[in-house]
Amino acid sequence: MKGNEAIAEAAIRCGADGYFGYPITPQSEVMEKLMELQPWNSTGMVVLQAESETASINMLYGGAGCGKRVMTSSSSPGISLMQEGLSYMAGAELPCLVVNVVRGGPGLGTIQPSQSDYFQSVKGGGHGDYKLIVLAPASVQEMADFVELGFDLAFKYRNPAMILSDGMIGQMMEKVELKPQQKRWTDEEVAQMNPWATTGKPESRDYNIITSVELDSEAHEQFNHRLQVKYRELEEKEVRFETTSVDDADYLIVAYGSSARISAAAIEILREKGIKVGLLRPITLYPFPTKEIQRLAPKMKGILSVEMSSGQMVEDVRLAVEGKVKVEHFGRYGGVVHSPDEVAEALEQKLIGG
Amino acid sequence: MKEEIIIAGFGGQGVLSMGKILAYSGVMQGQEVTWMPSYGPEMRGGTANVTVVLSDNRISSPILHAFDTAIILNQQSMDKFEPLVKPGGLLLYDPNGITRHPEREDINIYKIEAAEEAAQLKSAKTFNMIVLGAFLKIKPVVEMENVLKGLKKSLPERHHHLIPMNEKAIQRGVEIVKEVTVVKA
Repeated sequence: MKGNEAIAEAAIRCGADGYFGYPITPQSEVMEKLMELQPWNSTGMVVLQAESETASINMLYGGAGCGKRVMTSSSSPGISLMQEGLSYMAGAELPCLVVNVVRGGPGLGTIQPSQSDYFQSVKGGGHGDYKLIVLAPASVQEMADFVELGFDLAFKYRNPAMILSDGMIGQMMEKVELKPQQKRWTDEEVAQMNPWATTGKPESRDYNIITSVELDSEAHEQFNHRLQVKYRELEEKEVRFETTSVDDADYLIVAYGSSARISAAAIEILREKGIKVGLLRPITLYPFPTKEIQRLAPKMKGILSVEMSSGQMVEDVRLAVEGKVKVEHFGRYGGVVHSPDEVAEALEQKLIGG
Repeated sequence: MKEEIIIAGFGGQGVLSMGKILAYSGVMQGQEVTWMPSYGPEMRGGTANVTVVLSDNRISSPILHAFDTAIILNQQSMDKFEPLVKPGGLLLYDPNGITRHPEREDINIYKIEAAEEAAQLKSAKTFNMIVLGAFLKIKPVVEMENVLKGLKKSLPERHHHLIPMNEKAIQRGVEIVKEVTVVKA
């Protein structure tokens, strides 16, 4: 099954309430698969083609405000259109899941895979001091698994979550194990688990108001402070990563998503040559595995950040390393995918010399 | 076992579905598989290729720069992928429409007259299954029993009546594939 199809299957199975989207390559299979599976007949999940990406994200605002598990998916230019809505949702503390199957930019760009939306995803593509929870799948299996994980984290922290994938993981087919069908939340469960949601006011509580506006700046500072407390908690508790062959390594590659897969093959090539290289694969890009990089850095002679961009995540790797070890970037971009040989060659050139 | 395969030709030749059937066959055999298409705005008539990796172990990169096998179905693909076959690897091609035949002396080269055979079978759509049969004759990386299961899995049920015809085409491919040059191991 394709990565995009896995998203659709997993959404239905984890009991999502609604999908609102607008087609764009390379992720159109998400909605195509949902329409084919017709979950409105089985679980009651709503699947709707909105008139635009701007409409999709605002439909999510409405659905999430009612405490429903709602999601959308798009690719880079479409995700740019959603940034205002994402900022509003972060400001209203609304949970939702947004899937970005990244293609080459800027602008309309190309339809081929890229990882150049890292800054937009982890630094806040919209306005204001907010963060998205960002998950980076490196396989079709993780495309499926991260749908439920994304929803769980989004609701736990009342914050939008994003799956930051790319055209390669979206279009690729691999084996995948899907979880059994779970029931959607009942109205009672929604009200009980999300006491903040606008589910109809009983006499027992005050009005719930979903808004991101607060004109009293003192009060708004307090609200922002609360957001920051939430982000510190995320950084403390929710960092996820995977390391491979780091114990005896002299060099480290840091790479996420499809670049991590390609780098794993590059490491096989380098180890055959006797160059000991390990891999650190961030699974959460926000919160970023800063501490693990700090732990590994002193053991390394050099670190290579590999991403299909002109160098975005490398900045966070450098911030973690604090100049103690040489950190270089390698990546093809604009829709070109680097090969394992190119990554291996870059590591030799940039970190070893020659 | 690990077999890294590129299948390349024109859109509409069944390149992607051939790769899909091969990938599903690998799944049926309990292998790890990846199927990575070149997706693009081009559909019928444009170039299309797909990378399929079959392995007993976890597969790292689904994107490669060198292949154990290249299955080549048009001239553009010959120009692009002949140089990327690993030394000692396999190049299988249909000479129909090929103006410059493969020239490397360090790889095994086989040809399959699939377009011609498909025309004789009066079933142009079985072209890709003839090619698949030829590949499996040279490199039996998946058992025929699992290929048939894979075929069934990847075809929508409404097309299941076409399975016997596809089976026959695979068998024809097995029979008519021809050796061009074989390097000594």
